[in-house]
Amino acid sequence: MAAEINFMAGGEAGQGVQTVGFVLAKTMSRAGLHVFADQDYESRVRGGHNFYRVRASDTRVGAVSEKLDILIAIDQQSVERHHQEVKQDGITIFDQDKLNIEGKKLNSLSIPLEKMAEETTSNKLMTNSVGVGAAIAVGGYDFEILARVLREHFAHLGKEIAEDNVKAARAGHDYVLKQRPKAVRPRVKPAAGIGKTMLLNGNEATALGAMAAGCKFMAAYPMTPASSIMEYIADKGRKFNIVVVQPEDEIAAMNMAVGAGFAGVRSMTATSGDGFALMTEGYGLAGVTETPVVIIIAQRPGPAVGLPTRTEQGELGFAIYGGSGEFPRAVLAPSTVEDAFQVTVRAFNLAENYQLPVVVLTDQHLASSYQTVPKFKLDGVKIDRGQLLTEAESNSAKDYKRHRFTKSGISPRAIPMRGKALVATDSDEHDEAGHMIEDAELRRLMMLKRLKKYESLQGDIARPLLEKKAGADIILVGWGSTYGAIEEAVRLLEKEGTKASRLHLNQVWPFPAKAVASALGSAGKSIVVENNATGQLARLIAAETGIRVSGTVLKFDGRPFSPEYIVRELKKEVV
Amino acid sequence: MVTLKDYAPAMATQWCPGCGNFGILTAMRRALVALGLEPHQVLMVSGIGQAGKFPHYLQCHVLNELHGRPVPAAQAAKIANHDLTVIAVSGDGDGYGEGGNHFISAMTRNVDITYMVHNNQVYGLTKGQASPTSDFGFVTKTTPEGAWFPLRALALAVACDCSFVARGFSADTDQLSAIIQKGIEHKGFSLIEVLQPCVSFNRQNTYQWYQKRIYKLEGEPGYEPTNRMAAFAKALEWGERIPIGIVYRNNRPVYEKQLHALKEMPLVKQKLPDPGQFEELLDELL
Repeated sequence: MAAEINFMAGGEAGQGVQTVGFVLAKTMSRAGLHVFADQDYESRVRGGHNFYRVRASDTRVGAVSEKLDILIAIDQQSVERHHQEVKQDGITIFDQDKLNIEGKKLNSLSIPLEKMAEETTSNKLMTNSVGVGAAIAVGGYDFEILARVLREHFAHLGKEIAEDNVKAARAGHDYVLKQRPKAVRPRVKPAAGIGKTMLLNGNEATALGAMAAGCKFMAAYPMTPASSIMEYIADKGRKFNIVVVQPEDEIAAMNMAVGAGFAGVRSMTATSGDGFALMTEGYGLAGVTETPVVIIIAQRPGPAVGLPTRTEQGELGFAIYGGSGEFPRAVLAPSTVEDAFQVTVRAFNLAENYQLPVVVLTDQHLASSYQTVPKFKLDGVKIDRGQLLTEAESNSAKDYKRHRFTKSGISPRAIPMRGKALVATDSDEHDEAGHMIEDAELRRLMMLKRLKKYESLQGDIARPLLEKKAGADIILVGWGSTYGAIEEAVRLLEKEGTKASRLHLNQVWPFPAKAVASALGSAGKSIVVENNATGQLARLIAAETGIRVSGTVLKFDGRPFSPEYIVRELKKEVV
Repeated sequence: MVTLKDYAPAMATQWCPGCGNFGILTAMRRALVALGLEPHQVLMVSGIGQAGKFPHYLQCHVLNELHGRPVPAAQAAKIANHDLTVIAVSGDGDGYGEGGNHFISAMTRNVDITYMVHNNQVYGLTKGQASPTSDFGFVTKTTPEGAWFPLRALALAVACDCSFVARGFSADTDQLSAIIQKGIEHKGFSLIEVLQPCVSFNRQNTYQWYQKRIYKLEGEPGYEPTNRMAAFAKALEWGERIPIGIVYRNNRPVYEKQLHALKEMPLVKQKLPDPGQFEELLDELL
């Protein structure tokens, strides 16, 4: 039986919710637990209500739970909105001098947080650390683990501030042990054999994947929830000679990525849905000029500006069909934080091997959720740049043609100034040499050449994950970041006596039609679970395999799935 | 030794007989030869319009971009390989209309590329609509009541502190070739606007119209292109007299020269990393 503990920190934007949440998550990971933590925040810098959920467990978790053990309420809204999510034996930590819990049925742990912060450190800013210290005490954890995390987290602000945070946290911790010893819960024991884990979010994993894959150039325009990919690479990449440019808009970002790709370096951009709307012109340019480029789309709810800080899987069709005309592309959709690293590496290899644009579709939920993962194996990262001419080959290439017709549709690629071959390409339809044409037959052949790349690319697309349960008469189908929630929903169903199989896609285009058709063909009732309103994967399955799934569980309120939500909706579906 | 023959057209030209672009092509070929640049050292990135076809009519690396987008790609290509001589080519619609935002940002960013804008004050390839530089009152199919006020792009360039601002005339290939050479040699973003009569769709701003008005800044007593205020006045001058020559230049820092990653060698020449070197970043996350 899995044991777990669920924290939530809630407060206004600017009240330090993110810091409290991250410190809790880090402390739990250091305590040897599997952690999944997600962030719910508004599109504002001050005020409103934000919260951070941290789930720590002795078994692997890939989603948050709806029920809380410990709520740290920094603002009144935390009490109003979340007190009913706290389990009966859970506890709400708050400052009685600040918040009012009158009329609420809750198990309260009132601590004069601000007063204690001022008493121990003469600094009101340490208030949250008092609360974190109390929460760790309630969880039954060793204070020294938290102290180390605080020292690391605040090191960049100087030793004094770091130590003040430790002092404040210790005060909160000791207060619980002395004044409210009965509030202390049995500690969730470390997960067996977990070893050291990294704690990182989807954007960091994506950025690390890009760096490990040898990306040398990134151009991007800040857009939530993608911005931290660019920020991470700009910060960490400098040392490794990676250039990050912030241009005037997404149109420039995309065309810069193409320009750098043409000049011969691995290049990328990152944005969200509406930014990608501005990039679709350049998406087609990469397609017709056969320029390798990687585009990360961290989805958020649209249309237009939508809900900037929230989550949705609304760009599946857009990524697959977006752009004028017809050109080959690959669309990948990482399912977990760990997968985001692997899939991004793969995206760069596919882009150069097939000389086309590759989209990596994540979403706010994956981008900003933290997960514990085993340390990535860097020696497993293989960089394959595809058919590139060496300098000698370029020098001896007589009459080099960038878009030479070949059996596979892939033309050996020369790099400008690596040798003397001249490299020409055009957004206009062009001949093998890259010069613009009007000829009907040549146009036909050039279209066929580009689309031919799909034949070999199809075979290079990973098969979807199929988890078949004997005796199951229902299969849940998902793609991308819903992986963790669906995985757990299957476990919950099984506990309730319903056996369910599971099919999950992390590479959606070219569509793995055969694998999907064979999985669904023998599965009985098929239900697609996705974070959008129109069932884009369900419709894609119908278009590509002719199979109409039995039903869908859709969510488009800007919030991620919880496993419990999926189970509740499935029951309605079955009824 | 590189000669004009090395820059022979890669394909037959598609411009109208008498097009101003022919003069620009001649001036460009002569400039490249005079600078001793070999075709494989030159990348031309062009947009869409009659000017967009320009790079196909000589020998070099060609990235014929989308409408209005050559400048972002040209900057990135330069950052990726700063050994390349990168020349971006637009028309007035491509550069000042569709690509206006990129134009402004490129001037402030100051990547070391040369940007030629062929200005014929009309849309040629789409057959005669008004452009951002059409004269006030210019009647076209899309502006039956006359075009609205034109953009004075050179004044915008001086306002953006563009590090090299010049104007040439396509019929004066000697001066234009000299300007192109100076623009390529200049360290930083060089804007070269070329007045270029459209013989098919602009019956107003003809060769004769320009000949009557243009005068050379080199001959102006006391004119100093490093004086920004004086340059601003010249950049605004358009009417009875139109100045050609180098209008403005400065020595602002070049964007890519400030980048740590390019200190040792061009990005494209750098070995791809051994993924193992990122181990320390993973350790930070433990």
